[in-house]
This record gives sequence, C-alpha cells and structure tokens, in this order.
Amino acid sequence: MQQDLVHAIKSNPKYHELLSKRKSFAWMLAGIMLVIYYGFILIVAFNKEFLGQPLSAGSITTVGIPIGLGVIISAFVLTGIYVSRANSEFDRLTREIKEEVL
Amino acid sequence: MRMWQNLTAVLVLSLVAGVALAAGDIGEVKKQAVNVPAIIMFLAFVGATLGITYWAAQRTKTAKDFYAAGGGITGFQNGLAIAGDYMSAASFLGISGLVFINGYDGLIYSVGWLVGWPIIMFLMAEQLRNLGKYTYADVVSYRFQRVPMRTMAATGSLVVVILYLIGQMVGAGKLIQVLFGLDYTYAVISVGVLIILYVTFGGMLATTWVQIIKACLLLGGATIIAFGALYVATGGSMSPEALFRRATEIHAKKDALMRPGALVTSPLEAISLGLALMFGTAGLPHILMRFFTVPNATEARKSVFYATGFIGYFYILTFLIGFGAIVLLMPADSGFMVTNAKGVLELKGGQNMAAVNLAQAVGGNLLLGFISAVAFATILAVVSGLTLAGASAISHDLYANVFAHGNVNEQQEVRVSKMATLVLGVIAILLGIAFEQQNVAYLVGLTFSVAASANFPILIVSIFWSKMTTKGALLGGWLGLISSTLFVILGPTVWTDVLKLGDPIFPFKNPALFSMTISFLGIWIGSIMDNSENARQEHAAFEAQDVRCQTGIGAEGASSH
Repeated sequence: MQQDLVHAIKSNPKYHELLSKRKSFAWMLAGIMLVIYYGFILIVAFNKEFLGQPLSAGSITTVGIPIGLGVIISAFVLTGIYVSRANSEFDRLTREIKEEVL
Repeated sequence: MRMWQNLTAVLVLSLVAGVALAAGDIGEVKKQAVNVPAIIMFLAFVGATLGITYWAAQRTKTAKDFYAAGGGITGFQNGLAIAGDYMSAASFLGISGLVFINGYDGLIYSVGWLVGWPIIMFLMAEQLRNLGKYTYADVVSYRFQRVPMRTMAATGSLVVVILYLIGQMVGAGKLIQVLFGLDYTYAVISVGVLIILYVTFGGMLATTWVQIIKACLLLGGATIIAFGALYVATGGSMSPEALFRRATEIHAKKDALMRPGALVTSPLEAISLGLALMFGTAGLPHILMRFFTVPNATEARKSVFYATGFIGYFYILTFLIGFGAIVLLMPADSGFMVTNAKGVLELKGGQNMAAVNLAQAVGGNLLLGFISAVAFATILAVVSGLTLAGASAISHDLYANVFAHGNVNEQQEVRVSKMATLVLGVIAILLGIAFEQQNVAYLVGLTFSVAASANFPILIVSIFWSKMTTKGALLGGWLGLISSTLFVILGPTVWTDVLKLGDPIFPFKNPALFSMTISFLGIWIGSIMDNSENARQEHAAFEAQDVRCQTGIGAEGASSH
C-alpha cells in the first residue's frame, strides 16, 4: 500500500473512531469470554464439589450441567453480539472511510 | 539418491514402529459382518462427492481457485465448512465415548473446544481475511523476512497437519473395520485414494462442498441419535433429568458421573488443557485457510458466527449421545457389551463406538448404516481439508516463496500443490497403517498443544504488536514448536504410556501453559533485543499492515470502488 494512502487513512477521523470503537468492543468481549471460560475451568480445578451439587433438592442434574451448557451458549451469544455490531456499524464506518480516501 | 534412501529409511522405520505398536495390548477390534445399508449409503456419498469434484474441477483453473475456491464461498456456507472441519470423526466418536466412560468430564473438553471460536472472531477472523491470501503464513510473513518466516510457518503447519492426519487415519481404519467389515489396510488405502482425488482435481471448491454436505449429514444424524436415544431411554418423556437418573443408576461411577472427575486432576493441568483447547483452534492451518475462501471480512465474521452455533449444538448432542449410550448400551443384557480378553465387560468395538452402537440401538440397521456412512464421510472430508492445508504449505509457502523466491507462475505452483497432495495422501496411508494401535483421542489433544504453542503466538503477535521483528518471531515460533513437542514426548502420555519408559521427565500431560509462555517470551525477548536495520523497517511497516488489517483496503480479492 502506498505511503500517502496510509497517511490519508490514518489522518481520517473516522478511521480513529472505527479503531477505538472496535478495539474496545472486541477486547471487552474477548475478556468476558476468557473470564467465563477460565471461571469455569478454575471451578473444575479447585471446587469440583460446587459443580457436583444437585440443582434442586432431590434432583440428579447437578449445578455443573447448566453451567457447562451456559458456557457453550455464551460463546454463541457473544459471537452473535460481535457480528451484529461489526457487520452494521463497523462495516458502515469502513465503507465511509473508503469512500472518502479512495 | 540420498533423499530417497532417507525417505525409504523413514518409511521402513515407521512400518517397524507400526508392527511394534500393533503387538501392544490395546484390546482387539473385531471385524464386523458386511453391513449392506451402510455400504449403499456410503457409495451414494462417494458418488455424489466425486460428482462435485468433477464439477469443481471444471471451475478450478487459477491458483486462487485451487487454494481458496476463488474466494466465492458465502459466510453461511463457510460456517458449515468450518464446523465440518471441526466436527471430525475423532471428536464425534471420541467425545461421545468420553462421556460414555466419564460422564461430565466430556463436557469440559467440549466447552474448551468451543470457546476458541469467539476469540478467533474478536481478534483474528477479519484480520486474517484482510491480510492473508491462501495460507496463514501469508499473514505472519506480511511485513517480515519472507524466507525464514515462511519456512517456520510451513513447518508448524505440516507438523500440525501430520499429527492430525495420524489421528484421523487411525480413526478411519478402525471405524471402517468395525462398520463395514473391510480390512484395516484396505480401509486406510481407500480413504487415501479418495482424498487424493478430491483435492488434486477439485481443490478447495470440492473440499469445501464435501465438507458442507458432510456437516449437514453429521448434524442431522447426530440429532436423530441424540433425541431418539433421549426418547427411548426416558420412555418417551424426553426429560434430561430422567436420562441422567437412569444413567447414574446404571453406570459404575454412580452420582460421580454428574460432576468433574479424574480426567482433570490438578489445577495446573486443567488450566494448561484449557489454553491448548482454546488457542489451539486459532493455530490449525486447515481452519485458518477457510478464512481466505470468503469474499470479505463481513462474510468471514458471519462464518465464525454460524460455525460457533453449529459446533456448540453438535457438542450438546454428543453429550446427550454419551448419556443415551450409558442407559441403552451399558446394561450387561443390552447385547452391546462383550467380555474382552481380560474377562472385563466392555462396549462392542470399544468406547469410541458408543455413538455408532447407539445408532443401532435407537434406529436399527438402517440408522447404523446411515451413521456409519456419515462417520466415514466425516473422515474423508476432514482428511481432505488437512491434506489441502498441508499441500498449500508445501507449494505456496515452501516451493513458491522459499525455494523459488516468488518467481513461479500459478500453473507451476498449482502443479506442485497437486504433487504434494499425492505425496501427503501416500504419507497419510502409511501413517494410518503404522499407528494402527494408537489412541485417537490423545493425538487430537497433542495437535492442539502444538498449534497453540507454535502457530498461534506468532500469528496473534504479528497482527497486534508493532514491535515484533523477524528474529523475535523466529525465536518464539521455533521455541514454541520444539518445547511443545518435547514436553509431549517427555510427558506422561508418550514417555510413560506409549513408550513405557517409566516416570515421565516432564510431569504434565498438557504442556500448553508452559510451551505457550516460552513461545511468547521468545517473541518478546527476541524482538526487543533486535536492533538491526531490518527490525526498524519492520516496525515502520506495521502502520501499513495495520491500516490494511483494519479496513481491508488492499486486501486480496477486495472489491474495488
């Protein structure tokens, strides 16, 4: 890519808007996923009994089942949240940047 | 001549290793009677996929067609294909078998395998699409010295591909032996021949469509088994609580079945396993390659979203299948338990056959035939994807960019790729024969450790850290590759269990925590110590890389305005 094009893009305020919005959003979601997953792994490692408790009195289903399923569903939901914002707002910003500099 | 002698020596050694391993006591796998519905359905699948290969061959002319299906795959299609790559026979049969034996522990693996996807989505999917062309080595060599970076990335790819191939081929041979009553060696050879046909003639387009069809068949088949088993096992109530209750009554672990058990022993082991599962996905070359088959970053993101959904659903199904198998197969009078040589009652065909036997219990020979055909199709599709990724590393990275320094035309490059496919297909067959008696599941774990420690760190750092230099990347990448491989060999799984050399030298089964740390440290130290002129140029080039990465301007196949 030519150096002048790089500078034109980098001096476009929308580029900085895109970068700051997307970076904070992506890292925040990544952080949430890491916390959920490592929270789960740490419970598996340090507190197996917690996951082994019955979900309600007399039930055989343990607390670990909805928690495990919850991690799976959270992964799907988080990717959905990201893709819906990225494919609308971030893509719109990118398109505007392209229209302005190209 | 020298090369041929070496090659022959390697082949002979691997065959000897195979014989030695075959002599080990792993329990016998009995050949089954010829299964007619399975063979008919399987032949229908092979016929259809060969038709697709013929169709794809007409449309595969340029290098971009061959490696990236011309960049014309949609997000939804690619999501299915990615899910297909991920839902290997090893994970379908392995995880349901794991749940059958250990209950809850199986879920820990599933969860780990899934949570890599959001991370790929947030930090890598669009970056990969915007920076790369055909292989992930395109990304890691973007602003660095081409020859050493490509060599390292291609080596990392090939190690991962070969390790993964061993697992898949062994699974293929055993499965076909059990399901179709075909001899192990013939089974492995037929897999090898078919994938060579798919990949050499149809390239990425055929590989993708084979994967999409198989993903639909597998998701459909697994749904039928899982809910069919839930229905039968609970007497029609469809209540998971009832399923779990019946399972804990039958299984020897009783209530312990419903909580984490011995599979994950120490906290460090658990964290290390988690790292390998989560970040290994982001270092698998055949998965990363799929991001170059879509037209733009928008579609790349969509494909991860769909893939995450399909894979998550699939893992929930395998969990149900494992528990369904406990209820319907584990009782001694179910007809599915046999007494092995040691006088112990075990599942017919071994624990990895839980899903397959359950298909018979739920839907008779017809469903058994269908699932057998789907499982075989799964292996064909995954092995094709792996072979294409390996062949691309050889032709696009090693041949075109390292040996020929970029001075080759497309036709030559594609021709080399096809030759590499042929060689890899033959290697896959030989490895399948050599490793006949190995455990399939642990090889997959090993692959993830290597991918997480060798490929993932250089990829993520090259995208996000402007100060990385070639020297840093090389130091970190090679250290990650060597340390993860060494730790696995010196660890309990290989040193103690496979080689039987006594107490392990490296105490952990899952080395990713250590080897990933070594890799990242290597990248950091190598980069900050690097004061060369090259390093300064690489820092300066980050700006342009980042702009392309963020906006897709200048990206391969980006639409012009």
